[in-house]
Amino acid sequence: MKLNERSVAHYATCDSPPDKTGFLFKKGERNTAYHRRWFVLKSNMLFYFEERDGREPIGVIVLEGCTVELCESAEEFAFAVKFDCAKARVYKMAADSQAAMESWVKALSRASFDYMRLVVKELERQLEEIQEAAGGGCAGAGVAGLQGRPKLARRNYVSRSSIQDEVHRENGVGWSKPPVALANGFVEGGSSCVAWDGCADSGNSIGICDGARAPPVPPRRRGASLESPVSPGTVCFSKLHDWYGREVEDLRTQWLQSQ
Amino acid sequence: MRFNEKELVSLSRQPSEMAAELGMRGPKKGDVVKKRLVKLVVNFLFYFRTDEEEPIGALLLEQCRVEREDSQSFSITFLDEAERKYLFECDSEEQCGEWMDSIIKASYEFMRKNLIFYRTEIHRLTGKDPLEQYGISDETRFQVSNGLQLAPSATSSL
Repeated sequence: MKLNERSVAHYATCDSPPDKTGFLFKKGERNTAYHRRWFVLKSNMLFYFEERDGREPIGVIVLEGCTVELCESAEEFAFAVKFDCAKARVYKMAADSQAAMESWVKALSRASFDYMRLVVKELERQLEEIQEAAGGGCAGAGVAGLQGRPKLARRNYVSRSSIQDEVHRENGVGWSKPPVALANGFVEGGSSCVAWDGCADSGNSIGICDGARAPPVPPRRRGASLESPVSPGTVCFSKLHDWYGREVEDLRTQWLQSQ
Repeated sequence: MRFNEKELVSLSRQPSEMAAELGMRGPKKGDVVKKRLVKLVVNFLFYFRTDEEEPIGALLLEQCRVEREDSQSFSITFLDEAERKYLFECDSEEQCGEWMDSIIKASYEFMRKNLIFYRTEIHRLTGKDPLEQYGISDETRFQVSNGLQLAPSATSSL
């Protein structure tokens, strides 16, 4: 199958900021030794270079639909990227430290287009609600003002409390998190503002956590089991987040037990 | 450049909301318009010979420009090769518009920009970071200028 390889390779090295970079050992396909490669994660594409300043990637792993697991290996800090299609290759990798391994596993397991789409839809929905509330004469009411509306309280309150539970659990385990740079992240009226063209996107509406109507089944989820890592079989963002949090927690437990 | 072809082919088989028979012409000189089943799955555009199961090819829809060519046709150009156009002929002006819109929105980078906009706007209106309640505020992919704020612990650079 053809791929627009030149443009894909260009995407790897163009100045759009990567989501994660670093050295990892990757197990070869025919030559089963582990080779040290420089990895660049951008969106749902994991590129690898021979050298850190390589001009062109040696290869790319399209991560959509993958699962990331710890693996049994003589190598320390090893993990594997797996796919559920027939005869799929398993990509075995190893990091240099526990922290690096955790960080990569977390980053890769959330690299999918579907995950990004889910978060975008959730924020889009939230912004619409806020704007509606403001437009309804409750200017400046903010989020607190929304909970007074029965429909929204039913839609939102339950899901948020379960996410809160998950977050506390995850936080209690003491993930090594990078310093929060919220101040950095909020440039008021910054150049990153993109005017959404007002399209209600009704065709693709996923209707996250909407009890008022059955959400359309997102294309990928049909037939996938609830246990399937990348297709939790739900359009509910809180559940998806819940699932991701648990996956990472499980991996950590597995690793701790193996020590 | 190596890529995981089997997995990409498998991705092409997923149900898609945007799939149709369009006329498609490749970017090379001498390429002619051919009827293809064109299918949009996440940020890839797959194209098949009608009734074939395996796609002939895939286009990653990042760093590309979508332009209207005439009332029923549009083109996709990749920023690194601006002279090479992939041309698509639709059955109607409406269908053409729908495809253009869908392809533009199919880019991960486009979604990221919108997410950042929503996040910033919600924070401006409410004083709260909407991602914080989900515990994902720190994820690099959600940062305004993620290239600049990677702390040592966030990357495993050795």
